[in-house]
Amino acid sequence: MSDFLMALIGTIGALFILLAAIGMLRMPDFYLRVSVATKGGSLGVGLILVAAAIHFSDFGITTRALAILFFILITAPVSAHLLGRVAYMSKVGLWKDTSRDDLAEEILEEEANELKIKDDRHNPEKADLM
Amino acid sequence: MNAEQFFTYGILPVLGLAVLLIFVRFVKGPTLPDRIISVDLLITVGIGIMVVYSIINDQPAFMDIAMILALIAFLGTLSFTYYLKQKAESDE
Repeated sequence: MSDFLMALIGTIGALFILLAAIGMLRMPDFYLRVSVATKGGSLGVGLILVAAAIHFSDFGITTRALAILFFILITAPVSAHLLGRVAYMSKVGLWKDTSRDDLAEEILEEEANELKIKDDRHNPEKADLM
Repeated sequence: MNAEQFFTYGILPVLGLAVLLIFVRFVKGPTLPDRIISVDLLITVGIGIMVVYSIINDQPAFMDIAMILALIAFLGTLSFTYYLKQKAESDE
């Protein structure tokens, strides 16, 4: 019974990893690729780790497997978010059918605010107030 | 067919195929962030392969190495991100 459960969970995990790999190859855009790699990769490896925990059924090894799973689930979104943001800043192109780009407006507003602060510095009366 | 045989002949080939497909993206990848995310996913799949090996050979010691590899993957992505950020700022 536990063998069957282990094989089932391992198969689902391997299929998730295969889907992530196909998505890496087929997705049209860097940002979509990041999304696929993070979700598919961490889910697939997590399921394989759960299969290992069922196979050994030992307290120490189950704790180790859950620690690796926890670490991957925490760090994968952080690195994906950082990489996506930096790629946007270094102007990696978006897909032609992307319908929504909230970060562009935010960056425009930030640049406008910076220009305003610079103008205030050039004006001596307002600079005293700052 | 017992579980060890299933993991050897059923799951390891699928993971190997996934590694090949990700490597194609690593070679093609038009930009540097594409290559960074492919290396990150390659190491994640490597952790999966290590865990499958530890199931096949009944050697739980491989799990420790998998944990260290997860840490190295995170730090590597982080430092590449820092490098890209510095490069983008110096270009402006």
